[in-house]
Amino acid sequence: MVLILNIILLVLFVVGAVWTMMTTRLLHSAVGLAFTSAVLTVLMFQLDSPLAAVFELSVCAGLVSAIFISTIMLTKRVTAEELIVQRKIRLASFWFLPIVVVAAAIVLSLIHIPVDFKLPEPPVENNVKNIMWNLRHLDLMGQIAILLTGVFGVVTLFKESKHD
Amino acid sequence: MLSLFVLLPFLAIVMLNLPLKTVTRQLALWFGIALSAGQVFVVIFQPDVFWNGTDLLGRFFTLRLQADNLSMVMLLSIGIVTFAAILVGRQTIADSRLRFNFMNLVLLSLIGMNGTVLLTDLFSLYIFIEVVAISSFILIAFQRDLNALEGAFKYIILSAVATVLMLLSVSVLLMAAGDTSFSSVAAAVKNSSSSHFVRFAIGIFICGLFIKGGLVPFHGWLPAAYSMAPAAVSVLLAGIVTKVSGIYALIRLSTSVFGPDSSLNAVLMIAGAVSIVIGALAATGQSDFKRMLAYSSISQVGYIILALGCGTKLALVGAVFHLFNHSIFKSLLFVNSAAVEQQTGTSDMDKMGGLGSRMPYTNATSLIAFLSTAGVPPLAGFWSKLIIVIALWQSGYYIYAFIAILSSIITLGYLLSMQRRVFFGILSDKLQAVREAGFGIVFPACVLAAITVGVGLSFPFIFNSFIIPIGAFLK
Repeated sequence: MVLILNIILLVLFVVGAVWTMMTTRLLHSAVGLAFTSAVLTVLMFQLDSPLAAVFELSVCAGLVSAIFISTIMLTKRVTAEELIVQRKIRLASFWFLPIVVVAAAIVLSLIHIPVDFKLPEPPVENNVKNIMWNLRHLDLMGQIAILLTGVFGVVTLFKESKHD
Repeated sequence: MLSLFVLLPFLAIVMLNLPLKTVTRQLALWFGIALSAGQVFVVIFQPDVFWNGTDLLGRFFTLRLQADNLSMVMLLSIGIVTFAAILVGRQTIADSRLRFNFMNLVLLSLIGMNGTVLLTDLFSLYIFIEVVAISSFILIAFQRDLNALEGAFKYIILSAVATVLMLLSVSVLLMAAGDTSFSSVAAAVKNSSSSHFVRFAIGIFICGLFIKGGLVPFHGWLPAAYSMAPAAVSVLLAGIVTKVSGIYALIRLSTSVFGPDSSLNAVLMIAGAVSIVIGALAATGQSDFKRMLAYSSISQVGYIILALGCGTKLALVGAVFHLFNHSIFKSLLFVNSAAVEQQTGTSDMDKMGGLGSRMPYTNATSLIAFLSTAGVPPLAGFWSKLIIVIALWQSGYYIYAFIAILSSIITLGYLLSMQRRVFFGILSDKLQAVREAGFGIVFPACVLAAITVGVGLSFPFIFNSFIIPIGAFLK
């Protein structure tokens, strides 16, 4: 049962990542990234690594903001015909990337990489609530600051450009 | 009440964005000035009620912050440079709506910078460096000028590479340490000193910080970002942002978490020496005022990294002292460039000349800043460079000491050329109408110049009581 769940999560993860990269709409791409990150978070919980899962959520907050801002800065209006041409060019250029990623993942899972350091004892009682609300207050504050910065970025760079 | 350094800017942003825009737009500037000036006050005068009082806000948050002497120097630099940048922004950003957004972003940057210098956790460090980086992208581009967008884009691309490297490193170190607190990671690094994984993680984290700090060979983004950003943002970026997100983090991690380590120190010394030389040589060929200052920054940051690599207590004291001095005199030079650019409409030095007669305060403060940058006595920059050279000499690094001295002569050459091309000589007909910049630019320039002169003249009196104790952050 757990194996099936893990396989479903891995498939969702790859599909989400491919969708994020291949979609031509900014909003879809951002939603795709959030979805991919959410699936990765669940995968990390599945692997008994709640601290890493919480970190993934933090990173997602930062990356989404950064990608939003950088994409908005590069945005320009395109016609429907240009959109079709761009989609074809993108597919022709990057169709092999998902296959490379999946193949690399399979190869890496088969190769035994020796860990040459002593792994620490697993944390005793690091549930999500404890991590988020007792251990990582500062990170939460940083995440809120990143989200606020993203909001100001959109307001400053995007909203006002409509007046131009 | 350390948490106030992070929580007060947060509260200020919340208050500024309450639905009372007409009132808050007027108050935004004063909030920023009060916070940055207050920060300078509490660091210099150490009021007991602040440092030992009951932290009412902190009771609701477990922030795990810590302020040692290194953090104090950084908090002081952050406060001074932010104060200057806000005043320059008030003078140079005409649109009130843009000025309001600028203030919000500066406050967010302040949260990021204060958090970075006070935290004690590797992952939190990554997050707060990102707060600083993302607010910097937007600040560079916020006037949506085409050149500024190009500068911001270069910064985003290289910063994203740094982000990936640092994050990958944190994940490996988390695996090795089971936690990301500085103490846990330091213990794991010590226990697994021969591990290739751990060394790889340290290496890529350091590479990420080299990018953030604009060190050669990862400096590609820096001249574009510094020179193309709006004037007030250039002051903030060159004065403190890259120092906090790159150089402070390097000092903290290489001395207390990843090191001390002889091979790491060797890499730092090479990177520092190469940055000193390449930055100085590149600066000599520039005709754009801000671009020349940007390359000069790369060179000056090289001194800090060279001293960091030397690794002795005296060298580290010199590194931190030069970091403080550089944040002051480089901010001053960028404030001067803002004054010149605003009054002449250009930053091309070939189109200037003779401005000293029209802009006496800018001329005088620029002279002080360039002499301090070049290490001319008795200004502050001379003493910090002297400490670095003495530390290198005492440790037997004669060639590095020679490079440091020789590059100071090159620095003197290109900054003298800048001063001659901009301020000395005969005023051209086109510039006859030029007048001194407004109070918002002249005042911070005078404050920064006074600090440079004051620290330089008082050095013999503060050396034992303030400068040497900086080294107490070393364990």
